[in-house]
Order: sequence, then structure tokens, then C-alpha cells
Amino acid sequence: MSNANVSAGAPPPAGTPLLSVRGLETRFFDDGMALKAVDGLSFDVARGETLCIVGESGCGKSVSALSVMRLLPPPPASRVDGTILLEGQDIRALSEREMRRVRGNSISMIFQEPMTSLNPVVTVGYQIAEAVRQHEGKSWAEGFERAVEMLRLVRIPEPERRVKEYPHQLSGGMRQRVMIAMALACRPRVLLADEPTTALDVTIQAQILELMRELQEETGTAIVLITHDLGVVAEMAHRVVVMYAGRKVEEASVGDLFERPCHPYTVGLMGSIPELGSSLVEGKGPRRLAEIPGIVPSLRAMPAGCRFAPRCPLATDRCRTEMPPLEEHRPRHWSACWHWERAQEAIHVHA
Amino acid sequence: MWGYLIRRILAVIPVMTVVAVVVFLILHLNPDDPAAIIAGDQATAADIENIRRQLGLDRPVYIQFFEWVARLVRGDLGSSIFLERPVLHLILERVEPTLALAISTTIFSVVLALPLGVLAAWKAGSWIDQAIMAVAVLAFSFPVFLIGYGLVQGLALEWDLLPVQGFVSITEDPSRFLAHLVLPTIALGLVYTALLARMTRSTMLEILNEDYIRTARAKGLANPRVLLIHALKNAAVPIVTTIGVGIALLIGGVVVTESVFAIPGVGRLTIDAVLHRDYPVIQGVILVVSGFYVLINLLIDLTYTVFDPRIRY
Ligand SMILES: Nc1ncnc2c1ncn2[C@@H]1O[C@H](COP(=O)(O)OP(=O)(O)OP(=O)(O)O)[C@@H](O)[C@H]1O
Ligand code: SF4
Ligand SMILES: [Mg+2]
Repeated sequence: MSNANVSAGAPPPAGTPLLSVRGLETRFFDDGMALKAVDGLSFDVARGETLCIVGESGCGKSVSALSVMRLLPPPPASRVDGTILLEGQDIRALSEREMRRVRGNSISMIFQEPMTSLNPVVTVGYQIAEAVRQHEGKSWAEGFERAVEMLRLVRIPEPERRVKEYPHQLSGGMRQRVMIAMALACRPRVLLADEPTTALDVTIQAQILELMRELQEETGTAIVLITHDLGVVAEMAHRVVVMYAGRKVEEASVGDLFERPCHPYTVGLMGSIPELGSSLVEGKGPRRLAEIPGIVPSLRAMPAGCRFAPRCPLATDRCRTEMPPLEEHRPRHWSACWHWERAQEAIHVHA
Repeated sequence: MWGYLIRRILAVIPVMTVVAVVVFLILHLNPDDPAAIIAGDQATAADIENIRRQLGLDRPVYIQFFEWVARLVRGDLGSSIFLERPVLHLILERVEPTLALAISTTIFSVVLALPLGVLAAWKAGSWIDQAIMAVAVLAFSFPVFLIGYGLVQGLALEWDLLPVQGFVSITEDPSRFLAHLVLPTIALGLVYTALLARMTRSTMLEILNEDYIRTARAKGLANPRVLLIHALKNAAVPIVTTIGVGIALLIGGVVVTESVFAIPGVGRLTIDAVLHRDYPVIQGVILVVSGFYVLINLLIDLTYTVFDPRIRY
């Protein structure tokens, strides 16, 4: 595996975190049964920093972001525990009314589903303008002016004409740009982007990522970028959180992670990725996470010890009975594995 | 838009043609001999034969059909056998009460059902939702005539609040016109209110789970804006469809309601015509009512384009 062309190795800007999540636990209640979709997740994102969250489908990435936004079905259908500090303020302590002032204003989210996340019967300009009106007390005219400005910013051609159009008149790529424009319209301090480019073709994907990076440089927005795509991670991330079955199993700077992964799961994900970082530029197709043999455990039946043990080539009896704690094995590099020093051996088994 | 409009209007022609054929055949496929009915009980075979020739019933059916259609196009719906007056005049005389009842019932149902349905969906599972839906089920399960007699007993006879029966033209006295409409409207409208409220609730419930509603909430919008702009506008097409179906169903209910409240409308005209086997009147009523259905459908299709920009052609 080559680590030479990991591109986003720049050190993260210093500063106190804009968003700080501690011990996040999210449960869904289904027929009186509690399903813990997120279990003890913690992370920080600072101004101007991009944190990538990676993991297989169903590991709780979207649920984590929705928990932060407080957009999950309200209790009794779900319950969120832990601390979520946005610029030092505990989001969970806010009333629904106060939360509405935060949402779309200081923290906003781009959703995973660009085709269904825009309202089909309302013009895109209106959908952007109403957020501006809501948070900045502007008139409709000013809201639409901002909408045009935002569409221009996300490089939609002829923004004056496009603001008056409906989502079905735009291509998938343009809709995703509209989503980004909408999320950024009120200049949020924190942006949660849930697979913002997954549905798009490679060229457009590269353009949109480039755009997000430029906007970040201009405004210093902290970005939490959820993705399946290790190419995107290499391109965008300062730090990376790897999730498995609702838990964080590894966290490191992007350089450290690719250079010395300390968890067999991370190694497995990277298994078949030959040249990280080159894919988007050269348009060779997205680098998806490698297939790891075996299936993700169900929320209803979690293994007792390490959750990855049933699929882990390095698993021992200890792994199957004792849950490995998340420990800082190297400076600012955490992993939850009893055999972290041997993690890289997992690659040979997978290959 | 205009192309769509013209296409929709042109599509009315085949529909109305089929209606005309069916209505024409009512007369020719039925077991009664219209000439015998007109001639009366004491008529001789020769009298009946005479009348048959007079009406042109002895000629080939297709010629009769084309002549009949030619007359229809000129607005001649024939004459009543019993009242011996043009059918068109008879219908026009009776159309005001029926139209007034249909319109007031539709307005009553929509104004009541939409807010209730939206509220129930928003508060789904709460006691408010359960109360609204319980009342809806109750209203839905009582037949119109029962509600009608109940209302007449309570509000009109016991407490003397409203007129019991009859109808006053709007040109004669607008306030008495309205007073006479109140009870029939409630009697007829409760069922449709219940239907529409349940429909609105289930449509809204589905839409409130859509991704774009989550987007709207992610923008920090207040609840009324999420409900009334983002959700209700998407629910408009199914709701308008139900309103349209409701108006169509209403016609059946109108006949009953007009009997209960002794309103001299098209419903009463129809009942009398059926009892007397007055075929020209029956045919005329069916034609006019079908035309009305087609018009309502056309209007509904056109409203779709207002609410949903994706529907254009
Ligand atoms: N509303 C809900 N009710 C019950 N369970 C849910 C709900 N939403 C998500 N889950 C469950 O929570 C777990 C995590 O889902 P989540 O959507 O966060 O996965 P993800 O990591 O975003 O996956 P993907 O990469 O496919 O988007 C899954 O097992 C999912 O079935
Ligand atoms: S703790 Fe054991 S089973 Fe779990 S990842 Fe490490 S080696 Fe594999
Ligand atoms: Mg997801």
C-alpha cells in the first residue's frame, strides 16, 4: 500500500473546537426494545478544520449527525444522551424554539439524499431565501438576492434564472449544489455534510469538494464530512474518525491513519485501495471502502467483546469476551483494539 | 401550459360522446315502450302507433341518434312526457338549490376538514389526533338522512333556531337563502368532512416523513411554515383529488338531502321523473350531471398544474 500521495496532510489549524461531542449515545425504541445506533461517540472539530467520519453502511454516521442537529424522531421514538457543545453551548439543553435559531444558522447539514431532500413544489430560490429570512430577518427580496449570490457561489450558471426554477428542472449535481448553497446561506460556523457527493459523477464530485474547501478557506467553517470514500478522505480530511457498529474504533490525523492504521477494521477498509488521493484528480472512479468479508452485526445482537471480532482475522479469545477500550496509542492517535500493534498484519489476510 | 389546457379540453369530446351514446340507449334498450307511457292507460294500439310515428320512434335507430344529437347540440334536450315542458327549462328551474347545496357543502367540508386533518397529522398519536379521528369515524358511519332528521329534530323543531325545510332563492332574500342551507349542508357535508379530514391526515403523515420536510426543519423554520408551506403544498394534489371525488359522490347525497329537507332541486326532479318513467327528463338530468362531472374533473386537472410544477403536459 502506498502512502506517498496522501494530499491533505496539512496540520489542522489550532483553536478551541467549534463543535465538541462527548459520549454521544443514540437509541431508537422499537416495540419497547432499545436499539443503540450510536454508542459513546466523541469528536471535536475546530474552526477551518475538516473531520471525516468513515465506516460501512449502518454504522451510525447519519444518525450521529442527525443527533447533533436534533432532527431525529422525538422521544419516545428515540433518545440522545451525551454532551454536544456548539461554540461552548450545550445544544441538548436548548428549548425547541432556541434550537430553531441554531439550526440552519450556526450549524447546518447537507443530507445524503440530494434527489429527495429538496421540496419538489417550491422554487429553489424560495427554499434558500426563506432560511435567510428566518435567521437574519431579511425581506423576501433580500432573501432572493442572497439566493442568487449563493447559487453563483456554488457555480450554478445563470443563477438569476435558476432561482426561479423547481428542483426537477435541475440535474442531480445542480441539486446537490443547491443543497450546499442552502446549507451555507446563513454562513454557518459548523457544516455537517452527509455524503454530499456520493450520488454524483466523479468530475462533479471533484468540483463540489473543491468548492467546499474553497468556501472553508474563505469562511473558516468547521466541516464534519461523512463519507464512504477513502479518496474523499485523503483529499479533504485533517482528521479522521473510523466508526464500526455505532462506536468509534479509531481516530487519527489523515496522514497517521493512512500511514500507520492501528485497527484491523481500518486496515480492512483500506485493503484494496491502491493509490489514495489520486482517484478524484485523475477521474478514475471513486474509491469505495474495501469489502470486508462477513456482515455488520445487527443492533439487536451485538457481540459481547470486540464488535469486530466475528470478522477480524486477528481475533483471539480475549477479543471475543472483553471490549477493547479506546486508547491513545500514539500522540493524537486513538484506537480500540487489543492487538493494535499487529493491526497492519490484517491486510495480508484480507489480500 | 396552453397546449396542456387545449389537450385536456379536447379530451372531453370522446368522454361526452360515450355519455351521449349511453344516455340515448337508455331509451332504446329499456323494457318500457315510451310511446305507450305517453299515450296513457286508456290508449288503443293505433293511438300508440300514432305517437310512435310522431316521435320518430319508428325510424332506424342510427338516424334517431343523429337527430337527437343534433338537437342536443342546439340545446334541445326534448320535452317532459308528463309536464309537457322542455327538459332544459325544467332543469334550469331546479338547478339553483342543487348547485347552492353542492357548493355550500363543498366549502363547509373543505374549511372544516383541512385544518382538522393537518392538526391531527401534526399531533399524530396525541389525544387531539385521537379525538378528531374518533369524531370522523362517527360522522362517517351515520347515513345522511339520519343526520338530517336528527338536525331537523334538534335545531329546527325543538329549539326553533333554523328553518326546517324548503328553499329560498338567493335573489329573493340572501339571508333566508343562507338560513335554509345550513341544516342540509351540515347533514350532507359531515360525511365528506370526515372523508376529507382522514385523507388529509394520512397524506400529511406520509409527507411529514419525507426528506424535504427534514430539510425544512434543518433550516430552523418554524412549525407553521413547515406544515403549511412545505407539507400542505405537497399534499395539495391528493387533497384536491379527494375534494373532486367528494363533489362527484355528493350528487347521490344531494338527492337524499333534497327529499329530507323538501328542497325543490334537481334531485327531486330526478326522483319524480324516475317514478313516472319520464324518460326525456331522466336522459336530460344524466346528460347535465355527466357534463358537470366532466367539468369538475377538468377543473381538478387544471388545479394540479397550479400546485405541482412537475405536472405540465
Ligand atoms: N429512525 C430510525 N429508527 C430505528 N433505527 C434507525 C433509524 N434511523 C437509523 N436507524 C438505524 O441506525 C443504524 C445507523 O444508521 P445510519 O443511517 O446512521 O447509518 P449510516 O452509517 O449513515 O449508513 P449509510 O452509510 O448507509 O448512510 C442502522 O442500523 C439503522 O437501521
Ligand atoms: S480487539 Fe481483537 S477482534 Fe477486535 S479488532 Fe482488535 S484484534 Fe480484532
Ligand atoms: Mg447515512
